[in-house]
Amino acid sequence: MSSSTSRETTRPHAPFGPGRHRGLRATRIEKAKDVRGTSLRLFGYLRPHRAALVLMTLLVFTHSALSVAAPYLLGLAVDQFGSPVLLLRSSALLLATYAGTWLARLLEGYILATVTQKALYAMRRDLFEHLQTLSLRFFDRHPHGQLMSRLTNDIDAINRALSQSVVQLLTNMLNLVGMLLSMFTLNAWMALGSLTVLPLMLLVTGVIGVRTRQSYRELQAQLGEMNGLMEETITAQRVVKAFAKEAATLESFGRENLATRDVSIRANTLAFLVMPMMTVLSNASVAVVAGLGGWLAVQGRASVGTIVSFMSYSRRFADPLRQLANLYNSVQAALAGAERVFEIIDEQPDLTDAPDAVVADDIDGDVVFDHVDFGYVPGVPVLNDVGFHASPGEAIALVGPTGAGKTTTVNLLSRYYDTDSGCIRIDGRDIRDISVASLRQQLGTVLQDTFLFSDTVMQNIRYGRLDATDEECIEAAKLANADQFIQRLPQGYQTELSERGSNLSQGQRQLVALARAVLTDPAILILDEATSSVDTRTEVRIQEALLRLMEGRTSFVIAHRLSTVRNADKVLVIHDGRIIERGTHEELLAQRGFYHNLYMSQFKGTKT
Amino acid sequence: MRRLLRFLKPYAAQSILAMLLMVGLTLADLAVPRLVQRIIDQGIAPTDMELIRSTTMLMLAASAASALFAIGNNLLSIRVANCFSADLRSALFRKLQTLSFGNLDRLQTGQLIVRLTSDVTQMEHIVLISLRMLARAPLLLLGSSVLLVLTGRELVLIMLVLAPAVALVVWPIIRVGRRMFLQVQRSLDRLNNVLQENLAGVRVVKAFLRGDYENSRFDQANRVLTSQVIKVSQVMAFVIPTLFLLANAATLAIVWFGGRQVTTGMLTVGQVVAFMNYLSSTLWPLLMLGMVVGTVSAAQVSAQRINEVLDSAADISDQPDARALDEVKGRIEFENVSFSYNSDCSEPVLNGINLIAEPGERVAILGATGAGKSSLVHLIARFYDVTAGRVTVDGIDVREVTQESLRSHMGIALQETVLFSGTIRDNIRYGHTGATDEEVVAAAKAAQAHEFITEFPDGYDTLVGQRGVTLSGGQKQRIAIARALLTRPSILILDDSTSSVDVDTEAHIDLALLDWMEGRTSFIIAQRVSTVLNADKIVILDRGRIAAIGRHTDLMDSSPIYREIYESQLGDGGFDE
Repeated sequence: MSSSTSRETTRPHAPFGPGRHRGLRATRIEKAKDVRGTSLRLFGYLRPHRAALVLMTLLVFTHSALSVAAPYLLGLAVDQFGSPVLLLRSSALLLATYAGTWLARLLEGYILATVTQKALYAMRRDLFEHLQTLSLRFFDRHPHGQLMSRLTNDIDAINRALSQSVVQLLTNMLNLVGMLLSMFTLNAWMALGSLTVLPLMLLVTGVIGVRTRQSYRELQAQLGEMNGLMEETITAQRVVKAFAKEAATLESFGRENLATRDVSIRANTLAFLVMPMMTVLSNASVAVVAGLGGWLAVQGRASVGTIVSFMSYSRRFADPLRQLANLYNSVQAALAGAERVFEIIDEQPDLTDAPDAVVADDIDGDVVFDHVDFGYVPGVPVLNDVGFHASPGEAIALVGPTGAGKTTTVNLLSRYYDTDSGCIRIDGRDIRDISVASLRQQLGTVLQDTFLFSDTVMQNIRYGRLDATDEECIEAAKLANADQFIQRLPQGYQTELSERGSNLSQGQRQLVALARAVLTDPAILILDEATSSVDTRTEVRIQEALLRLMEGRTSFVIAHRLSTVRNADKVLVIHDGRIIERGTHEELLAQRGFYHNLYMSQFKGTKT
Repeated sequence: MRRLLRFLKPYAAQSILAMLLMVGLTLADLAVPRLVQRIIDQGIAPTDMELIRSTTMLMLAASAASALFAIGNNLLSIRVANCFSADLRSALFRKLQTLSFGNLDRLQTGQLIVRLTSDVTQMEHIVLISLRMLARAPLLLLGSSVLLVLTGRELVLIMLVLAPAVALVVWPIIRVGRRMFLQVQRSLDRLNNVLQENLAGVRVVKAFLRGDYENSRFDQANRVLTSQVIKVSQVMAFVIPTLFLLANAATLAIVWFGGRQVTTGMLTVGQVVAFMNYLSSTLWPLLMLGMVVGTVSAAQVSAQRINEVLDSAADISDQPDARALDEVKGRIEFENVSFSYNSDCSEPVLNGINLIAEPGERVAILGATGAGKSSLVHLIARFYDVTAGRVTVDGIDVREVTQESLRSHMGIALQETVLFSGTIRDNIRYGHTGATDEEVVAAAKAAQAHEFITEFPDGYDTLVGQRGVTLSGGQKQRIAIARALLTRPSILILDDSTSSVDVDTEAHIDLALLDWMEGRTSFIIAQRVSTVLNADKIVILDRGRIAAIGRHTDLMDSSPIYREIYESQLGDGGFDE
């Protein structure tokens, strides 16, 4: 028994997920919409290895033929026990068969491993590289978990199918046909006799197969519930503690856990019933073969050698049948996975360079928003007829309540999204006519969400300009007032940051992000809430640095704190996606409008 | 891995029964070649039809018996494996609930989820395999060996040559294979890490035009992984056919030597055939061993990771004689408190803190990044333990009361806002599930969340989280504040909870809090001076020490740091009306 377990483990764990996101053994049962097209494309990845594949197919045929021939020869040898000469001959033949099988399987395994892994390498590479070309709109629409799953679960499914299932399926079919042919050639009566258990075998696989599918689907749903709960609880573990809700959390987890256990027992009991049942049935068929063979042998209508051959066939007959359903499901899952992978690869980047896009280098930084309308979702406008002009070197402050459209405005300038109507010009040129790469090269951005990579502090700063020397990185850190705290870290600049920089405080993360932006030496500077978690004193220091940095550069600053925008050349007050007031700090105060209110409410604290 | 066996203890009886059934199954299987031999030797040659018939019946009976054994084993082993994994998951989860913030800082979230899901599954798998093979493998080995000798001493020599040969192939594979599989796992982790960071940092990648750089980072990881998988697959591609070749070579040897002895009359045909059958069942367990090496090494990695969690001692636990804290007036005192996250850290985060908050006072905490503001309030809720000194609530050391009772008197909004998937109402009610709708609305109103909540089509029933709407940072913060307020806490802690809320709204929250927290103590960490103007005490933290304490007017005179902060935010006061 357990031979299907053994097959599953004969090859290394699939890249991208040693069961990582796979959940329990519940195999996903789903179908690709376009089986033909997806298969063709999947085989496209194998095409560079055509010659190897042809060779491998030949090897599969050889190995199947040889392994069908072996029991036949074995029976022959047994019948020749009486005559040493004949025995020598058939033993030699048997030896050749075994050696041939060994060689064929070995080569087959070598080729298969190399070809499939190379194909998977290419597929992962294509998927990842394509992801880099897609715009933020795409990432807004697709949760990270979902994209992770494309590169893990789906590639894993394809891997399993390519490196095991497809070849096994072919081998099994060939073996079945070969064995049937061989059995009927040897002795038709015994062939019929040993096939009496076949209907039972089919019945078992069929009935259990259908039931299993249903209960596995149930298991999948239940697992989803439980894993979702776990993921959420772990993410929110600190909140759980803050509210002393450990007991309640344990209780609800316990419920899901038990439910999962019970569903899993039900599903797996059924699924794992197939294997022992088939073993037992093949034992029964050995009994039939022995009995029937004996009876025929007594009458001289069969030889002992034939019985030996048949027993060997009977044992092996169950194997392919048992696996057919599983293999078929595995191939289906792979196709469905491949289809989703291709869906992403086919996603058209919605932000591409115009064919005649120019490279913007050495820009002055004259920025014009000309009647810009924009919405993330059609029909829900976020910006409405936004227009302004920033002369080279000017500092523009964007002010307004949360959700007014400040971040969106600077996102458009970086061309993370394209405007719905109106246009944005830099130095008089529509930014859609400038290559995206050269555009963003001119922009230095510190984003609301400061993201750091798990690497050293130094490398994180260097991310701004890869060819920067250590000295330049440190210089940038000094300019951003980050040097001081970095020096105090255990390993200074060589300190490894953990996942998302979680071993730094939020303010420290922002300082590193600022240093990163400083290093790029941009023509236009964008600071989106860059200092919201830095305390005011640190911010004062940063601002000194920024003032130096902003010198001669056009800059856009978003900050909720009005104090940070008082030095701006122009203040744009954005409210509900429109610019409702503009001017200098003093002019706006004098207007006694929206800005004046904002300012006063802050100044007077609680009085509005 | 052995250490996780304790989780099987409650199922010892069932496990043993499963193995016994496996013994039965194996015995039934072992009988078959003997019976075939009988048919060949005593049924066919002497032409004994009756014997053939009865032996066939016996074989069928053996099949039926093994069917029952197999089903029984199947039922039990699946039950045991699933109960085992459920218990293991539960133990992990329970452990997680006891861990402190300090523990959580060290164990990373992403990894924890992996440990609770796939690592547990991996262990379940290995238990299942063990229950189905553990008894069978040695028994088959032993039984077949004995029967081999009984069947024909003459051919045992073949066996004696072959077994070491198989061991010679299997043993190095297990050793080398394990190492290789471990390497593959590590490369896989690396690749997934690059991917996950790339997705999470997509905006940064785009802002700095680092697509090519990311591609090369990924490509490097991808290449390493691919070459390792190819290597390990090729090793397996060699091993498995070779093991089969060895088994086949043995069969061949039996045919050759056995066949010649049949000629000389030393052995019967039936004996030789039986010998072939037994030999293949002797080899089977050894072959198996070579094949499961991948699964076993994966399980070993999983077991290691699971143990790591189970072994991590909770930094903070209730003292054996800890009592429940019933009534709280809300007097909080820091007595000479020092604190650092790591004991080996040269610079403590907090140093010699002395601070008293009288019941009903509003304490605002200002200070530079890394000055220790969050650490200070975390100590009140005992998220961490002090390194020296003590923190008391109503004169009682927080370490002397149960954590649950301590925190039940507090309403806390943490710096990083996390909401649960569910409705807005459920989120606000999180700390006090029995709250009425009116109470929920009142809390939301105080947190200035009511207005935007009612603007959603579904109002308070709007779903948030993965399947629901996306809230802005400021909206999330306000819901978190409402959540903290709803419990009507004696002590309120807001850790920079309005950083994404605009000034206007913040001012409204502030005003509402005055009312809501009447007679209750609150600690508010803030960046903006406007937030602290109304505080009874303003605490200025500077590098882990208290630089000044006082009211706004006092501090304007006495604290240069405070004046600096004030002026940087609100100017020289020239706009005062």
